[in-house]
Amino acid sequence: MAAPMISVAGLTVVYGGRRVLDGVTLDIEPGEIMVLLGGSGCGKSTMLRHIIGLERPALGTVRVRGVDINRCSAKELKEIRRAMGVAFQETALFNSMSVKENVSLPLRELTTLADPVIEIMTYLKLSAVGLGEAEHLMPGELSGGMKKRAAVARAIALDPEILIFDEPSAGLDPIVAAGLDDLILFLKRAFQMTMLVVTHELASAFRIADRIAMLHNGSLVTVADKGSFRASADPRIRQFLDRVPDPVGESTAAQSRMRELAGMKGAAA
Amino acid sequence: MNLLESAGGGVINGLGYVGGLGIQLWSALRASARVLPILGKRGRWRAAIGQMAAIGVDALPMIAIMSVCTGFILAMQVGAELRRFGALQYVMDTVAIGFTRELGAMLTAIVVSGRSGSAFSAEIGTMMVTSEIDALRTMAIDPVEFVLAPKYVAALLVVPCLTVMSNVFGILAGAGFMYVSARITLAMSLNYVADSIALRDVLMGLLKSLVFATIVVSVGCMEGFRTRGGPDAVGRSATSAVVKSTFLVILADAFFTAIYYMVCKD
Repeated sequence: MAAPMISVAGLTVVYGGRRVLDGVTLDIEPGEIMVLLGGSGCGKSTMLRHIIGLERPALGTVRVRGVDINRCSAKELKEIRRAMGVAFQETALFNSMSVKENVSLPLRELTTLADPVIEIMTYLKLSAVGLGEAEHLMPGELSGGMKKRAAVARAIALDPEILIFDEPSAGLDPIVAAGLDDLILFLKRAFQMTMLVVTHELASAFRIADRIAMLHNGSLVTVADKGSFRASADPRIRQFLDRVPDPVGESTAAQSRMRELAGMKGAAA
Repeated sequence: MNLLESAGGGVINGLGYVGGLGIQLWSALRASARVLPILGKRGRWRAAIGQMAAIGVDALPMIAIMSVCTGFILAMQVGAELRRFGALQYVMDTVAIGFTRELGAMLTAIVVSGRSGSAFSAEIGTMMVTSEIDALRTMAIDPVEFVLAPKYVAALLVVPCLTVMSNVFGILAGAGFMYVSARITLAMSLNYVADSIALRDVLMGLLKSLVFATIVVSVGCMEGFRTRGGPDAVGRSATSAVVKSTFLVILADAFFTAIYYMVCKD
C-alpha cells in the first residue's frame, strides 16, 4: 500500500485555553477524494489551515508526501506548497488583478516559463474550469460560482498533486454547487489529484467523496467510505445526517444565565 | 501596583511593536534585491514603479501647495518680527534653514503618511481579511517580497525626491514674500539662501526623509498585517497607521535634531 499523501497524527490545537482540535489523526491516500465533514465551529477550517501549513499546532504532526511540514526546511516547505493547490472559501482572488492575472500569478512567480507559454497555460486552466471567455474580467465582475471556478483554476495552475477545497459549495445555489461538484470529479479523473474537501454540505459530500471523515467538537468521530458513513449508528453522525437540531437553551449553563439575567435568586445554582 | 503593571505592560507592548517593525524592515530590505530591475524577479520593478507613481507623483501637488503655504506663513511670521529691527533679509535664512533641515522632510512625511501609509495599511488589511495573504503563502510566494518590498523600494527612492521638491517650493514661497514685501528679487533671495545653508543641512534633511519614509512604510504595512476581523478592522488599521507613523516620525525628528544640535556646534 502506498504511503499516505497527507498524514495527520495527534493534531491538537488550543486557542485561549480551549481545545479546538483534540488529537486528530487522519491519513489521506494518493488519488482519493477525502471529504472532511462537520458542523459549524467543529474545527474543520482550523484543521485545514494546519494541513496547508498556515498555522503550527500545539501538539501532533502534519506530514505531506512524508515530510513534516512544521519541522522541514523552508526549501522543502516551498516544494510542498508548489505541489499543493488551495481553493479558499472566500476564493482569495486578488481583486486588483484580472482573472487571467490571478491564474497566471503562480506560473509567473514560481516558474521560468516564457510569457507566451504562460498565456497558453493560463487559458488551458481557465478553459478546464469553464472560464475561457472570462479571462479579462476582474473578480468583482464575476458571479459567486465563477469566482469559485477562477479560484480552482488558480489552484491547479501548477498541476499540483494535492488539491484542497475549503467549503467549495458555500453560498452557492444547488445548481451551481452541483456544477462545482462535477468540476471536482472531472479534475480527479483528468489529473489524478489527491483532494481534501472541507464542507458541511451533505449532498455534495456524498456525490464526490471516496471517503468521509467527520469532526465533532474538535475530535474525529469516524473515517469511512460513503456506504458505511451513511449506515453509521453513531448518534453524532445520525444527528448530522438526519439534520436534528441541538436543543436550544436547555443546558444547565443556559438556564443559570437566564435566571441571572432575569435577576432571580439562586442564579448560580 | 496596577499603575506599575499597566505602565510595564505598555512598555513591553511598545518594545514588541518596535521589534516587530525592525524584523519586518530587515525582511523587506533582504527581499528588496529581488525588486531591482534586471537583477530582480520579473514584474517586481514594474510594481515598484507603480508604487513610486502612487507615493510620489500623485502626492506632488499636495506637497507643493502645503510647502508654498508653509513657506509663506513662515516668512510672514518671521518677517513681521525682523522688520522691526530692519533685518528683513534674514527671513530667507530662516526659511531656507527651516525647510532644508526640518520642514521639507516633515511636511513630506506627513503627506506620505496620510496618503500612502493609510493606503498601504488598508490594502494589506483587506488582503488579510480576504485571505489573499494566506493565498500567497500557500502558493509559496513570499508576501514580504511580493507586497512589501516594492513599497519599501519605491518609498526610499521617492520620498527624498519629494523632500527636495518641498524644500524648493518652500524657499520659492519665501522668495515670493521677499519680493512682495521688500521688492527683493528672486536672484537676491537665492543668494541669501546660498549664503545661509550648508551642504550638511541638505544632507540632514535627506537623511531624515529616508528615516521618515522607512517609518511610514513600516508602520503602514505592519498595521495592515495586524488587521483581524472584517471591513471595520481595515478602517481602524488605516487610522492607526497614520496616527502611529506621525507620532514615530515626530519622535525620530526630535532625536535627529538633538543629535544634530550636539554634533554641529559651529
